[in-house]
Amino acid sequence: MVVAAPLSQSLRDRAFDVLSRVPDPEIPCVSVVDLGIVRDLREGSPPTLVITPTYTGCPATVVIEASIRAALDGAGLAELTIETTLSPPWTTDWISDDGREKLRAYGIAPPPKGAARSSLRGIVGACPRCGSSDTEEISRFGSTPCKALHRCLACGEPFDLFKCH
Amino acid sequence: MGEALYDYALRLGDDSLVLGQRLSEWCGHAPMLEIDLSLANVALDLIGQSTHFLKLAGEAEGKGRDADTLAFHRDVLDFRNCLLVEQPNGDFAQTIARQFLFSNWQELLFRELMHSKLEVIAAIAAKAVKEVTYHTRLANEWMVRLGDGTAESHARVADGLDWMWRFADELFAVDAALETLIGDGIAADMRLFRGEWDIRVDKVLADATLEIPKPRRAATGGRIGHHSEHLGHLLSEMQFLPRAYPGARW
Repeated sequence: MVVAAPLSQSLRDRAFDVLSRVPDPEIPCVSVVDLGIVRDLREGSPPTLVITPTYTGCPATVVIEASIRAALDGAGLAELTIETTLSPPWTTDWISDDGREKLRAYGIAPPPKGAARSSLRGIVGACPRCGSSDTEEISRFGSTPCKALHRCLACGEPFDLFKCH
Repeated sequence: MGEALYDYALRLGDDSLVLGQRLSEWCGHAPMLEIDLSLANVALDLIGQSTHFLKLAGEAEGKGRDADTLAFHRDVLDFRNCLLVEQPNGDFAQTIARQFLFSNWQELLFRELMHSKLEVIAAIAAKAVKEVTYHTRLANEWMVRLGDGTAESHARVADGLDWMWRFADELFAVDAALETLIGDGIAADMRLFRGEWDIRVDKVLADATLEIPKPRRAATGGRIGHHSEHLGHLLSEMQFLPRAYPGARW
């Protein structure tokens, strides 16, 4: 089957519907669309899905691409090709509002919107459990490249903070 | 152009690869859990950088070698990293001293490379510079904590710095091969930010109550493949599996 350009709306809808159900392997509460890993679906023959890595050294990058490939293939969209781009670099501002809410509900303090530029200067993460902003940093490096360890001084709960980048 | 770019991409990629491998030796051995996580994270970032630069090197060379082939099937004389990154970890203070000199340099380097006329280099640098800023902060903070800490931590970090200092000049050395790429707007001219690096380093050392080490005869040669004995041992461990089982797949 030849897919005619421009992309039909239904193909775009189908692709994004599938991708919105592909979880991040490290933080499965959010999808690759929520995180802003999926950047574009470009017209052409075949159409190309453009994705971007989050952190340079993120070991999940390969797994993410493989899961996207498998999900597309499984949904009958095997004709889409996948292209990885580094530019413009991904920042935490690419995470959708929906994605931020899912992170919070999961217990990970999301990065404040629009904070990527000032990321290195004293970001205070609100506790995802009680909402207090009376928190402190335990360790700037956490269990994955994208997270830092913080602790809430109000309720005493330690929590992960998605690093602003 | 292809050959010069191949060489330059190897220099960038091998710096990151070798230091990433060195830091990963700390995994499970660091003094505290938080430090273990930090060093492993920094190692991961560096290995990520090297993947991009070595991929570029393979494309510039045009012989079909990918990043893994260049990392695991190249011998020691063909590595182009600076001597600083291959130095043994020593104790924690010596590791931090090495990281301190390197990350401050790499951050300034990537700030320049963000403006490279070669788009792929600019993209890698723009992405990685944010991560390297974390590395610099980690190393600077530990320099101060160790230097301005106990008598023992002060003595250890002063020793570590004294050992690493002789490898700093090589970071800024420009040879003929590099001069051409600088002229083309592809490579960064490190001489331009030597002054800024000195200011940064001096400030942290002052905060850390550490003396600036006495000048020494600079140790150089890494960029043309003249390495210390340490690199061969590092590679033998890193390359063992792919060499013993060529084509092995997970």
